[in-house]
Amino acid sequence: MAKLHVSTTVNGEPLEFLCEPFETMLDALRNQLALTGSKEGCASGDCGACSITLDDRLVCSCLMLAAEAEGREIRTIEGMARGGRLHPLQEKFLEQAALQCGICTSGMLVASEALLRKNPDPSEEEVRFWLAGNLCRCTGYDKIVRAVLETATEMREAAQ
Amino acid sequence: MTDIRYVAPQTLDEAVGAYAAAGSAARILAGGTDLLVQMRSGAVQPGLIVDIKKIKELTAVEELSDGGFRFGAAVPGAVLAEHPHFGKIWPGVLEAVNLIGSTQVQGRASAGGNLCNASPAGDSVPAMIAAGAVVTVQGPSGRRELKVEDVPAAPGRTNLKPGEILVFFTLPPRPPGSGDAYLRMIPRTEMDIAVVGCGVSLTLKDGVCTHARVGLGAVAPTALLVAPAAQALIGSRLDDAALNAAANACRAACRPIDDKRGTIAYRTQIAGVLLKRTVKIAAERAQGK
Repeated sequence: MAKLHVSTTVNGEPLEFLCEPFETMLDALRNQLALTGSKEGCASGDCGACSITLDDRLVCSCLMLAAEAEGREIRTIEGMARGGRLHPLQEKFLEQAALQCGICTSGMLVASEALLRKNPDPSEEEVRFWLAGNLCRCTGYDKIVRAVLETATEMREAAQ
Repeated sequence: MTDIRYVAPQTLDEAVGAYAAAGSAARILAGGTDLLVQMRSGAVQPGLIVDIKKIKELTAVEELSDGGFRFGAAVPGAVLAEHPHFGKIWPGVLEAVNLIGSTQVQGRASAGGNLCNASPAGDSVPAMIAAGAVVTVQGPSGRRELKVEDVPAAPGRTNLKPGEILVFFTLPPRPPGSGDAYLRMIPRTEMDIAVVGCGVSLTLKDGVCTHARVGLGAVAPTALLVAPAAQALIGSRLDDAALNAAANACRAACRPIDDKRGTIAYRTQIAGVLLKRTVKIAAERAQGK
């Protein structure tokens, strides 16, 4: 069976790859494009460790076929830092130690960034609901939620 | 999994043609939040995957001139939530659709997929039944309409004929004084599958219920329209006697299974409890509260 040819944009860069018709976007990112920041936790859409954005919408890359990336815009954790500078969320996660083993972290960051783009001033409840599909077995979530809320405050202040 | 083909046609005719030609080995890909999990687990090994998201009719949300709504079977929950009016007119349908999975799942999962996956516990289905939603399906021999309650046939099976694709949902216009709601019972607070789900849509005139529909989920092999419960509400002021009669009608309609999520007795009891709570919310919305 011939592989499918996919033309897409990943983190602002146009690129092409070949994939199997049944291959997930997560597998293509990790195995074809050497973008291993997105993690496979459950492979069933429950844990959020593979979170990416597809045309700016947050999705699980394990629940998407790589072939569906044709003509679309993908963003992954690898595109979050710009020009050698970490995103404020990344800096805050480090500063607040909002991670332990790190498996969930790229998914948490991608999901949190998508939240703050949509809602720059979320309540704690809104953060917790938004991140309900990102599982973390280490932190108990408190430091993650606090880091997102503090980043939101600082980004709003910086924007003024 | 080496013989799989993937197509993403631009038109419905092409999609129906490819889907029908491939027979029972073909699967429709909308959001993929059920299909990819089934493929991964080996439960499904499709010979052909027909991605329907490039077809305009399947991804559009449209407010009709008569006040009704039409939205494509592949519209993700997050897109429906962003529509400026849909959630104001059908808050119960929207909350049911938006209860399916996480933010990430909402970015992909569709009401069409939820209906065609035919889980007895699908959250959007009882709310759609209550809303009186109709689906339009297209197959090799043309188009036809089905009431939502007539789509599921059994767990994992629908009444769609071979080659038929669900195209869009149509929700009727709302008379003034109408409201709807959906509640589900889950043992957790989030990210779970309904033990019982209850959708109610009703219309009040001078405090009297003039129209009602009740849908129940997870208490039978398919989601149910519970007409006797609606009849108990219609003509009443939603007083205790009417609510008790409607709750009993819901319990009488239950044919649930015993499983780790809930026993037969528990699901049956809860169906009545949820009916009362859901009616209350729908009535408050109907009165603009």
